[in-house]
Amino acid sequence: MTLLSATALNASLGSRKVLHDVSLSLEAGHLAALVGPNGAGKTTLLRALAGLIPSDGEVRIAGDALASLQLRERAKRFAYLPQGHMVHWPLPARDIVALGRYPHGATDPARLSPRDIEAVLRAMQAVDVIEFSDRRVTELSGGERSRVALARVLAVEAPVILADEPTASLDPRHQIDVMQKLRNVADTGVLVIVVTHDLGLAARFADHVLVLSDGRLAAQGAPDEALSENVLANVFRISAYRAEFQREAVIVPWADV
Amino acid sequence: MSVQDFALAAEVAARRRWGVTAALLALVVLLLVLSLGIGPVRLSPLAVIEALFGGGSDVAQVIVREIRLPRTILAFAIGGILGLSGAALQGLLRNPLASPSLFGAPQSAAFGAVLVIALGLADVRSYALPVVAIIAAFGSVFALLAIAGRNAGLLILILAGLAISSFAGAATALVMNLSSNPFVVLEIAFWLLGSLEDRSVQHVALALPFIIAGAAVLLSQANAFRALTLGEEAAQSLGVDVGRLRLLVITGVALGVGGAVAVTGTIGFIGLVAPHLMRPLIGHDPARLLVPSALTGSALLLAADIAVRIIPSTSDIKVGVLTSIIGVPFFLYLIMRERRALGGGVA
Repeated sequence: MTLLSATALNASLGSRKVLHDVSLSLEAGHLAALVGPNGAGKTTLLRALAGLIPSDGEVRIAGDALASLQLRERAKRFAYLPQGHMVHWPLPARDIVALGRYPHGATDPARLSPRDIEAVLRAMQAVDVIEFSDRRVTELSGGERSRVALARVLAVEAPVILADEPTASLDPRHQIDVMQKLRNVADTGVLVIVVTHDLGLAARFADHVLVLSDGRLAAQGAPDEALSENVLANVFRISAYRAEFQREAVIVPWADV
Repeated sequence: MSVQDFALAAEVAARRRWGVTAALLALVVLLLVLSLGIGPVRLSPLAVIEALFGGGSDVAQVIVREIRLPRTILAFAIGGILGLSGAALQGLLRNPLASPSLFGAPQSAAFGAVLVIALGLADVRSYALPVVAIIAAFGSVFALLAIAGRNAGLLILILAGLAISSFAGAATALVMNLSSNPFVVLEIAFWLLGSLEDRSVQHVALALPFIIAGAAVLLSQANAFRALTLGEEAAQSLGVDVGRLRLLVITGVALGVGGAVAVTGTIGFIGLVAPHLMRPLIGHDPARLLVPSALTGSALLLAADIAVRIIPSTSDIKVGVLTSIIGVPFFLYLIMRERRALGGGVA
């Protein structure tokens, strides 16, 4: 069943048009990987879907037009994880995760209702960060901090999660962990859209791959269709080594030098 | 971890913060009483309290209620709004070096006020002075945030602040330059130094409504500052209207700082210092820092205003001079501490 759809989405940054007529339709319970070369408009598409930037065209979430929803209502439906896991003040991890309850009116982490606390604890358990609940996020390692950021997004308990390069700057093990956690979340019926540069992770974990090139959707579909020889050659100017390992698809990008 | 454990940990932290706030409140009350007692005629705290509530000698009553009370109320309110403005700007910009005086807000407000004085429109019963000062302060902070843009780094904010305060200073100098009346120039010069001396009930009536309005606006946005810890984009995705928040903070700061400058001249650096003093005690949560920073600002200005009355000197030291003399080295210390962030440029 379609949860999120976009029709003829156009968006500009300043005078530069970044998205051209993007149309898509995504289902609940899917993990969609959004891939494309640098500057293709991946982050802009994510922002436009969440209504964080103005765009032309129509976005519908669970039947409602995004434009008709108040800011607070949008915040309950889209949990957005920006690039870089930015935290500007050294707050304890629990306070950061508790910010996920902000859209639900729980704006003060010291005064959460039992329901909000349960949601926060569930989120922290899901990504295994309970042990550093009292530590300041700025003192955590990159991997730990990315999990806290993920917990904050999960605590929103939104039907759609938009994650912008959640695996960037993580070591291979943590990259796989984060993708597996997102996969688990998708399996509970949430639509997860992940921007990534790692075609291997996309091929292994996604149900659906969206390939963006110069602001246009160049391909979309199941990983093996969307990441075909042709698409890799035309969009990324690469070829790929393909294999199967432990019954999972493996793609290793390759370019002759 | 159970729900009870989680709630308990939050409560323990909250209790500690309340302790700090209560201690601050006690300190402010103590300084209020001291401020009412100190001057050419020294009064004991008991005599002050007696006079305040209509007891004691007539002389003591006049000294406390008519001469020293307005000055003390202004020191309390202005110190408070400066501390609050500093904490709010630091929260909005996620930046520990943000403060009204580094952004040129008091300097611009002073320019507006100087213009009114030079044009001969100033009158202790007229709202022209605070209104023009507020408009000028609003213009300066608005310009600063417009120039710096979203997610501005430390360097851009400070350079833009420097440019704006220099411009306001130059414009003020121009007004003094063009003013033909030497008495007006002298009045402006003294007033620019920033002082709480000889302030009357009229001055309180002139400034207080704006200060209270500014404080109300800033305090109402507390939780949004907390969400901004995650950056503007994430805050917006949590339901914070960041554009509206910016406008509200600019308005709140302008109302408070403009109203304050209109009656005392420029008193700098309290907004920068107060939140820093509170972070080790309260933590870094920008929402929780607002009230303690305001109280710290009140305590600082009350203490400075007591100090200028105690320090023996041949002519009066102005309180604005004192806060800057203490504030600027503190600013340098902060720059040293933030050296890495500054060296990193526009990050």
